[in-house]
Amino acid sequence: MSAFFSILRKLQPLIAVLLGLSLGLAVTMLAGEDPFNVLMILGRSAFGSPYDFGMTLFYATPLIFTGLAVAVPFHAGLFNIGAEGQLTMGALAAATVGIMFPSVSWPLAPLLGVLAAFSGGALWGFIPGWLRAKRGSHEVINTIMLNFVAAGLASWVTLYLLKNPDSQNPETSAVGPGYLLRHFEFFGDAPLSTALLLAIAAALAIWVFLFKTVKGFELRAVGQSERAAETGGISAARERILAMALGGGLAGLVGIGEVLGNAGRFKLGFSPEFGFIGIAVALLARNRPIGILLSALLFGALHKGASDLDLETENVTRDLSLILQSLIIVSVTAEGLWDWMRKRNVQPRIGGDV
Amino acid sequence: MILRRLGWIGASCSLVFALAAPSCFAAGLKVALVLDKGGKDDKSFNSAAFRGVTQAKEELGISLKYVEATDDNAFESLLRAFAQKKFDLIIAVGVSQADAVKKVAPKFPEQKFAIVDAEVDLPNVRSLIFEEHEGSFLVGAIAGLTSKTGTIGFIGGMDIPLIRRFEMGYVAGAKQVNPKIKLKSNFIGITGDAWHNPAKAKELAIAQYSGGADVIFAAAGASNGGLFDAAEELKKLAIGVDSNQNWIKPGYILTSMLKRVDTAVYDVCKDTQSGKFSSGIKRFGLASTGVDYAVDEFNEKLLPPAVREKVEKLKADIIAGKIKVPDYYQKKK
Repeated sequence: MSAFFSILRKLQPLIAVLLGLSLGLAVTMLAGEDPFNVLMILGRSAFGSPYDFGMTLFYATPLIFTGLAVAVPFHAGLFNIGAEGQLTMGALAAATVGIMFPSVSWPLAPLLGVLAAFSGGALWGFIPGWLRAKRGSHEVINTIMLNFVAAGLASWVTLYLLKNPDSQNPETSAVGPGYLLRHFEFFGDAPLSTALLLAIAAALAIWVFLFKTVKGFELRAVGQSERAAETGGISAARERILAMALGGGLAGLVGIGEVLGNAGRFKLGFSPEFGFIGIAVALLARNRPIGILLSALLFGALHKGASDLDLETENVTRDLSLILQSLIIVSVTAEGLWDWMRKRNVQPRIGGDV
Repeated sequence: MILRRLGWIGASCSLVFALAAPSCFAAGLKVALVLDKGGKDDKSFNSAAFRGVTQAKEELGISLKYVEATDDNAFESLLRAFAQKKFDLIIAVGVSQADAVKKVAPKFPEQKFAIVDAEVDLPNVRSLIFEEHEGSFLVGAIAGLTSKTGTIGFIGGMDIPLIRRFEMGYVAGAKQVNPKIKLKSNFIGITGDAWHNPAKAKELAIAQYSGGADVIFAAAGASNGGLFDAAEELKKLAIGVDSNQNWIKPGYILTSMLKRVDTAVYDVCKDTQSGKFSSGIKRFGLASTGVDYAVDEFNEKLLPPAVREKVEKLKADIIAGKIKVPDYYQKKK
């Protein structure tokens, strides 16, 4: 029995995805569409040409960062709902540096941008981390509130300090040319930049950090059991602050792909809630850094793939992507519930077949 | 359990697949419409564009596809997707698509593009520009003539020069008929979300009405609904925008400032179909009834003949060049 459960548990995210997709496609049947056709459109639009695949990866890049931004604090027992605000601060910081020092040349300029984006996000993660560790105020509330503060701050800076005078849109002026990242030739006109490599490197680095270093072990120990960790001489407060600041910094790196890799400036409202989709990305990957690479790719593909639904079907719109995302999440969490119930039934029998 | 359910779904999938007929497009011109965040049902700006292409579909037999963008990065890939699928004419609605059109249009020189509200200078792009200040001037005059309190209100959607242009014309029109008129003005927001935030619009409207305004003009896309709710609740008057919105709350909507995006969009479909597409900037002002104010069965009782006469006189004066309506775009330069 336990072998069966453990295999099922390993496959759980995959089953959840298949279940969510099947249910979602079944919904399209109710709208009078052919689900198989819808699936083909989704697939073609996400992977059909180098440009389409490039756009999928372009959307996946920020999701890798925000997925990690949720996962790292989660390993320390914290729930970071503030990735949206953290990525806003990161992008804003990168743009600010790029506008204030426009003449810095490559490769120093992108490095400066990365540093700024990371620091901007890290600051926005540090604040709720510190408040939680030192003052005991809940990080969920604080990160949500800081999302609003970040949005307000970004509006103010964009419209009153760094506004692009040549445009009606709420955006800053352009960063110096030395800051712009290279695009991959292969993907045609897709704005996919080397930020993708940074994202993959970040995921690998976080995996090494969490699972192969003492520091990472200490961070996870706090998440597993605060009292046990404290007894073992680990400062829970320090680990929590570290986890939130690191998570925030990772979210801030979203700004690299957007500001240095795509728009060349900060645009208000550039993110279609990458920070919140990141929660789903981390959840589906069960907070494993390598899994996050895959689940970010899936969510990126859904985001890109859905846009062609409007173009090619009569009755199904891109909102299907949201339905699919939610059904996948429901499937993942439903499995979690089932897991939790099983554990609860088993727990009283200490030493039994767990 | 799970497997059984999956099997059931699989079976039903293949059944439907077998029954489904291959989708086919009507022959003729293929037109694509990319709407901005307000969406097709904003009953205002995007709705007007949608009405235009729908009319073209019915009368000219074009085939039509439309999409609503969800984020600013999507504009470019939507325009590109349509171009790659060999749509003959791609219409981008709204100033926020200007950059995307500038990037995509040069890469598809065979296809035609049109953009509403922004100037894009490319050989295969037609820019549809409206003289919003002229139409706003007329509804401003109507507001000035109707207001009993001597205070009128303005609610803008997103705070951009385009909407400031509405405001400036509106104030000038009201001052023309009542130099002592007072104005209360608010903007809903600074991002695209301002176009669909009726709750905030209602809040601002209630504040303006309670502050003494008895006529409010809102240029805020789908957010206008909030103003109309407030007008009905407090028994005051509102002025609609872009489409004729008089029907939404009859008796509370004094008039609507018409911006004939529908006609402009219809015309570009027609011209493209008959091979007469021309690029460059097309301006739509009072003279060409590209902007106007709406009178119909829902608001004729609210507009006494004396008011209408005066406004018609002002309209004639503007067309004749006797009155120069201040233009926010000119002021900036």
